[in-house]
Amino acid sequence: MCRHRPVPLGGDFDDSAQGQNFPIMDVYLPIAEVSLDIFVLLGLGAAVGFLSGVFGVGGGFLLTPLLILIGVPAPVAVASSANQLVGASVSGVLAHWRRGNVDFKMGFILLVGGLAGSFLGVWLFTIFARLGQIELVISLCYVVLLGTLGFLMGIESVRAMLRQRKPGAARRKLHRHTWLHGLPLKTRFRKSQLYISALLPVGLGFLVGVLSAIMGIGGGFIMVPAMIYMLGMPTSMVPGTSLLQIIFVAANVTMLQAYTNRTVDAVLALVLLVGGVIGAQFGTRFGMRLRGEQLRFLLALLVLAVAAQLAHDLTIRPKTLFVIPLDYRG
Amino acid sequence: MTRSPLCWVIGLVLGLNPFPLHADSVTADLSSHAIAISTGFTGASVVLFGATDGPADIIAVIRGPDHEQTVWRKGKVAGLWTNAESVTFANVPSFYLVAASRPLEEIVSTPEAVLHRIGVTNLKFEPKGAVTPERARVFADALIEVQKRAGVFSPSHVKISFLGDRLFRTTFTLPANTPTGTYLVEVFLLRDKDVVGGQTTPLIVSRVGVDAAVFDFAQQRAIVYGAIAVLMAVMAGWLASLPFRNA
Repeated sequence: MCRHRPVPLGGDFDDSAQGQNFPIMDVYLPIAEVSLDIFVLLGLGAAVGFLSGVFGVGGGFLLTPLLILIGVPAPVAVASSANQLVGASVSGVLAHWRRGNVDFKMGFILLVGGLAGSFLGVWLFTIFARLGQIELVISLCYVVLLGTLGFLMGIESVRAMLRQRKPGAARRKLHRHTWLHGLPLKTRFRKSQLYISALLPVGLGFLVGVLSAIMGIGGGFIMVPAMIYMLGMPTSMVPGTSLLQIIFVAANVTMLQAYTNRTVDAVLALVLLVGGVIGAQFGTRFGMRLRGEQLRFLLALLVLAVAAQLAHDLTIRPKTLFVIPLDYRG
Repeated sequence: MTRSPLCWVIGLVLGLNPFPLHADSVTADLSSHAIAISTGFTGASVVLFGATDGPADIIAVIRGPDHEQTVWRKGKVAGLWTNAESVTFANVPSFYLVAASRPLEEIVSTPEAVLHRIGVTNLKFEPKGAVTPERARVFADALIEVQKRAGVFSPSHVKISFLGDRLFRTTFTLPANTPTGTYLVEVFLLRDKDVVGGQTTPLIVSRVGVDAAVFDFAQQRAIVYGAIAVLMAVMAGWLASLPFRNA
């Protein structure tokens, strides 16, 4: 695998950190081979952990780019984010579980597909990396998926909020039948009050597994909307169940990265976790005070913002035309 | 911080000294032959000092170990900027720094500079595969430019100062992102733009302490390391949720 040396950003970051008044305490990350301010890392972990608790997404799609921005080599950022997601998700699942908001049956069926998908994803990752195109593939995946999901969720949540303002408006039909409901292997999910084909969550898990291995994330931001709109799960059950399957997908990615690329920085992950797990607990509490459609609207905005940034980066002329990926195992 | 590889390298270097015995002499040494990268490493300064056998100029070249390096050129494909073409070079030093008593062009002739690879422009990168010389040049220049910005190739030479006619010293800095490995510090003695003597001394940059242990463990016991990383994360997640249990 290869990494891109974060040439201009790493240096700039050091300068700006030195100029500020909070105490500087650098910690050397043994796998990333860079020194970074421990308070910046803790703060980053807490902020992403908070979001993960609110929305039930792992937050990897924000954590990974931010780590690269502050000077962590991209493959180390991807792999260490996965490691930190394991801990953040455990913390999140426990918080939701105590409120009875985890559908274990659904979670494990999703996982069956997810693990199979992540093996296919890692294989694809290796092929694209060999062709030097993995960064393009990652960016395109982000832009297309985040753009589409953010747009759909935004529209839906605004409609839902408008409906509530107008009393007496027709309520949404509780249950709509589509061809998806005609699939075999019907299974009852008591927690989620659903009676659907088990092939649906397996297929969804598989898709998310492939994407999460390629994009180096838990896949919660794909999983959450899909669980709400495709499976029709109650919104309250979604974050806890999504986090449950993220634990295992992230653990699988961590193991695969540690074995194939040697890019998991456990020190980085631990520092991020200390901030992240606390952030997740507060995030979970905050999220419970918000109504479902407000939650979805905020997530849609966040997702669209990241997609817009990435699309912008892909289409403008880069500052430096030449890049050097380093062979990490050199 | 004496390590067995250090002794081995010293022996190797002394045995393969490229300068003939009858040459004019220069003696030089470093304030430290081993740079230890540990927690909190933000770079290190090394003093190079020595004496000549009379008035002369001195150039010192500090090179990190060679390795293979690929350079990608971005291009616009279907409206998107992506890695379009690449050239791989076989022998690129991971670190390169030149120190000199005066501007290089004043003290060394071009053939000598090329021969001893003094100055980044005289580093001869060998492209792998069929690459036209012009194309190789463009990519090699870009490689040098990127490495300069990363701080691992020195943008200009570091000043070597003389104390009187014969004693010289200089201080060079290894940045926080210094690659590890065995470096070679080549000291050249120059008269009338010719290299008339020289000495080579090793400099070892290595990880030490807990960080080195973590790195070695991650390399050698990858599966166990991965499993521990996952377990540690699970434990941290569980511990963090305890204080909130009854909330």
